[in-house]
Amino acid sequence: MKKLIVTALAAVFAVSSLPLTAQDAQKEIERYRQLLADGNPAELLEMRGEALWKQKRGPKNATMEACDLGLGAGKVAGVNAVLPRYFADVDRVMDLESRIVHCEITLQGFTMAELTKRPHSLAQSERQTDHEALTAYVVGQSRGAKVNVPQTHVKEQESFLRGEKMFFFKGGPYDFACATCHGVDGQRIRLQDLPNFQKADNAQRAFTTWPAYRVSQGAMRTMQWRLLDCFRQQRLPELEFLSPASIDLITYMGVKGKNGVMDAPAIKR
Amino acid sequence: MNKKSVIGTSLILTATAVLAGCVAMDAGNKAAPVAKAPTDAEIVALLKASFKNTPSAGHNRLDQSPLQKACTEASRTGKPVDDKVRISLQEAAMASVKYPADGKYLGDWKKGEAIAQNGRGLQYTDAVGAASGGNCYACHQIDKKEIAHGNIGPTLWNYGKLRGGPTPEITKYTWTRIWNTHAFNACVNMPRFGDAGILTEAQIKDVMALLLDPASPVNQ
Repeated sequence: MKKLIVTALAAVFAVSSLPLTAQDAQKEIERYRQLLADGNPAELLEMRGEALWKQKRGPKNATMEACDLGLGAGKVAGVNAVLPRYFADVDRVMDLESRIVHCEITLQGFTMAELTKRPHSLAQSERQTDHEALTAYVVGQSRGAKVNVPQTHVKEQESFLRGEKMFFFKGGPYDFACATCHGVDGQRIRLQDLPNFQKADNAQRAFTTWPAYRVSQGAMRTMQWRLLDCFRQQRLPELEFLSPASIDLITYMGVKGKNGVMDAPAIKR
Repeated sequence: MNKKSVIGTSLILTATAVLAGCVAMDAGNKAAPVAKAPTDAEIVALLKASFKNTPSAGHNRLDQSPLQKACTEASRTGKPVDDKVRISLQEAAMASVKYPADGKYLGDWKKGEAIAQNGRGLQYTDAVGAASGGNCYACHQIDKKEIAHGNIGPTLWNYGKLRGGPTPEITKYTWTRIWNTHAFNACVNMPRFGDAGILTEAQIKDVMALLLDPASPVNQ
């Protein structure tokens, strides 16, 4: 009798622990996300980034501490919530990553070529790059800041308009646009939920949780990487790092995500 | 004061107010030009300046076909494609469909399942000429056993069973759908697996078997 009960209980537990439908799997994934939230390895990268930020580097042997990320020279806190934005010194709109690179060139004397050669650590178990570390640090200093990507300068407005037009651009052998996946409510690819950028809450959640530590890759990925990887799967060509299209699309997403509360680097599957 | 002078005075006052407003606006807005909406040509130029041109994924992928142009505009504005244009796009899509020369439509459902599961091919990271998968599970439920499926397309569970099996009509319809779905309704989000050269004829036959072969797990 006892054996029968034990066997029956084992069977019940075995069956109940198997996700039987996609909906069950979604609940398990949500539980997994909650478990992940405690202890984000990106914080280690933020610490490394902070050390790099304050370290004298490059031919000019200078730190990044005088960098103007949009809120004045030396101010790091809150910048990611108000980028991309227009910068008078270069007379164009820049996103966070292009501004970091700009400061590394002007303050520290690095060249564009060496900074854009390998910004993302894409090989298996590759050590995260200095760019990823610096980005992690600066982004982390915006936690809690309210997203307010500016649309006051005409170039900021035009960046948004270009980003919006590109968001709907169908191209390549799959005919995919960003909007194909990110323009409708409640869509998912496999079991990955897709934010609808026409819905404010979806756009806020998306914009405030990238960059993020991608558990499945064992690495923190930046917003530039996120776009690169989208376009790869869309079957469009390889996106250039810090390209004008990338900046315009980030402007578009940031404006759509207005009033979201920054919570990056986040942690994702 | 007579009526004429009242009207005259009020006209002058209005005109002055308008002029004052213009001056004030002009002074404030002198350094603020109006944002210009980008043209299609500007966007294509911008994209080509922003993407690499490599053998695995070249700039030609940024040249839009009439179908892509029309569907982009519809998606962006929320206005469906004009009926006449839509019908002509659908007719062109229908005309593009290539049916198997040997008249055989069903391949191996086991291979079809593998093709449906495989999300590789045609990415800039994929080898040129390497076989693609269909990545069908990205958007569709197919075999119920596979719970990691998307919801962008309708469920295909029991596809053949619900349609009376691989009849000539259903077979031809399904082939057309997979080859170029725009033959039936332009601007649906599903890729043109045959027309765009994503899957080979043999691969599509295998996917057809997955959907229509009575022995396929999909039809149990």
